Amino acid sequence: MNRYTVAVLVRNQFGVLNRVTSMFRRRQFNISALTVSETESSEYSRITVIFDGDELNKQQLINQLYKLPDVYSIKEFGADDSVSCELLLIKMENNPATREDIRAAAEAFNAKTVDYAKESIVFRLADDSRRIDDFINLMRDYTILEICRTGSVSLEKGSSTIRKVTNL
Amino acid sequence: MGETMYLSGADILVRTLIEQGCDVVFGYPGGQIINVYDSLYKYQDEITHILTAHEQGAAHAADGYARTTGRVGVVLSTSGPGATNLVTGIATAHLDSIPLVAICGNVPTTQIGTDSFQEIDITGVTLPITKHNYFVGSVEQLADTVREAFVLAQSGRPGPVLVDIPKDVQIAMCEYTPMAPVKAEPKQAAKELRIREAAECIDLAERPYIYFGGGVLSGNAEEEMLALAEKIDAVIGCSMMGLSAIPTDHPRFLGMQGMHGHYASSMAMHHADLIISLGVRFNDRATGNRFKFAPRAKIVQIDIDGSELSKNINAVHGMRGDIKLTLQQLLPLIKQVEHPEWQQKVADLRKIEEEATDRRTGITPRNAIMALNRHLGPDTAVATDVGQHQMWSAQNLFWCKPRRFVSSGGLGTMGFGLGAAIGAAFGTKEHSVLVTGDGSFGMCLNELATAVRYGVPVVILLFNNGVLGMVRQWQTLFFDRHYSNTILDRKTDFIALARAFGADGERISSMDELEAALEKAFSVNGPYVIECPIEKDEFVLPMLPPGGSMDDIILKVGD
Repeated sequence: MNRYTVAVLVRNQFGVLNRVTSMFRRRQFNISALTVSETESSEYSRITVIFDGDELNKQQLINQLYKLPDVYSIKEFGADDSVSCELLLIKMENNPATREDIRAAAEAFNAKTVDYAKESIVFRLADDSRRIDDFINLMRDYTILEICRTGSVSLEKGSSTIRKVTNL
Repeated sequence: MGETMYLSGADILVRTLIEQGCDVVFGYPGGQIINVYDSLYKYQDEITHILTAHEQGAAHAADGYARTTGRVGVVLSTSGPGATNLVTGIATAHLDSIPLVAICGNVPTTQIGTDSFQEIDITGVTLPITKHNYFVGSVEQLADTVREAFVLAQSGRPGPVLVDIPKDVQIAMCEYTPMAPVKAEPKQAAKELRIREAAECIDLAERPYIYFGGGVLSGNAEEEMLALAEKIDAVIGCSMMGLSAIPTDHPRFLGMQGMHGHYASSMAMHHADLIISLGVRFNDRATGNRFKFAPRAKIVQIDIDGSELSKNINAVHGMRGDIKLTLQQLLPLIKQVEHPEWQQKVADLRKIEEEATDRRTGITPRNAIMALNRHLGPDTAVATDVGQHQMWSAQNLFWCKPRRFVSSGGLGTMGFGLGAAIGAAFGTKEHSVLVTGDGSFGMCLNELATAVRYGVPVVILLFNNGVLGMVRQWQTLFFDRHYSNTILDRKTDFIALARAFGADGERISSMDELEAALEKAFSVNGPYVIECPIEKDEFVLPMLPPGGSMDDIILKVGD
């Protein structure tokens, strides 16, 4: 099993996300992260999907996705040729005994305090997924109240864009 | 472009269908499509509507029309149950890549999502069984959406497209300007470099075999394929979906291969050192165990659908492109050769097959199909249902023109046949034939009413063995003769039933009677049922056991 990151540029219209994710369901791929957003053009939405699978099935999935009329282009990202980023919000228990340790760790990771209450602190961290994993693991020594992360978004390094990728 | 008019959505839909060259639609009215039926009434001189007994029959009829004409078949239904009744028909067209436009009414947009009466999310339901589907949210989008559906259904690898139209969109008014019929997206040959590489590989072959499927029919590539076979001295076999593309008696043609294919065809593919596959998906029914498939062969694959390349079987040279155009470019690049040793080997295989041929006299499935062959005109389309009779038809029918075999290959839909035969008769404008079995016929015989109502000349050859023969065959071979729920024992009098529908028919008890019955059936201007009793333990042979390789073919049973 390999982990793949794929961006799919689609028509910005209702139901398109369903059509794309339904292809993953049909091939029994479990999606580990998914983001959808508008892009530089209101005509397109960009879906970034992270999933585990084998090479042959992944290629078949991409071929099938290309057959959807709502899909314009697809880009697969490797670690070397792309930049990725994910956003984490984490709510910690605000306890005088651990407060300073938690804040020191957050500072080391450049996580920003976005809410500070008597019994809780919320940090925000934008980084690559591994650094986010590391930060969460560190926080496990204390009391985590809630975690929310967005799933990774990726862009290719250099001037090339997903809209220049052509089918097969 | 014609004059702009101000019309209701329902009128726009019907005018757009007419503008796209659609002269017949199959369907069934209901509350949420009633406005469209009012427009059909208005435009009845320009477009014919055929009312079936069930929406499924309408979908199969549109499919049979599309298979025989190569044009887009159109089916119409109301919302809810009308729409869900189309599902099996749409799925059948999807798996056989048949161009179909299915149009459903739906509840008004104000009621969408409220579980109102006869509301169903049909675009959701049909998502995995259509090429694409549309929910038309406003009347301004309607005409262009229908045009787009016609483009998509025919472009690339053909398939079904569904258009869901809420009732208020049918009622709303807007401007409509007639347009010329849309064309499928332009076809392209495979990349030149890929074609060159493939040509080099083809030149090295000593035992070439061409394996083709439905893609050759939908791509009209029959002539180019035969030219290729002549040039490289190849033999030709096909999947069930390829049948009728080339004349059955073509000297290079070995017939259908695979699970119930011709022995010579399956074995030739097994021994080939080069398989050129044209418009096939290497389905397990055609290849047997794919890990033991043609162990000595390099595979050169051409398909218009890139996702088929190396999907099931790894191809050394996969070419994405239109088969006809790609072959046209490939042909000048390859050498003219002869392979006398290979042809001798194939002749030996044919001899083994010939020796195993069922030579019994009297009413056997093969003899009955052979008798049918003698009555078929060059343009007669033969539809089937699914099961043993379908395989006997695929093995023994005789074709001289393409698009004259109408059978559910991919989905294997029992109950497909009668609707499809009705559609085929509209497509060919002459008699069509349905070969069916008592099991399958029980699933679609309500469409006898349709055939009677419109005087559709369908010759129905009904094999009656009182059992679900194909499943029984498996139970005999692989389940210790546990005939679980395959003995029908129904006491149905099919001839009385035909008469109750207003049709006619007869039960035959000898080959002479069968000949006379066929003679009569082809002279009747409506459906005619010929019930042909056969033994319940007739087998479909040869048989490649599931999961086996071509070395495991069963040629004879019981001796």
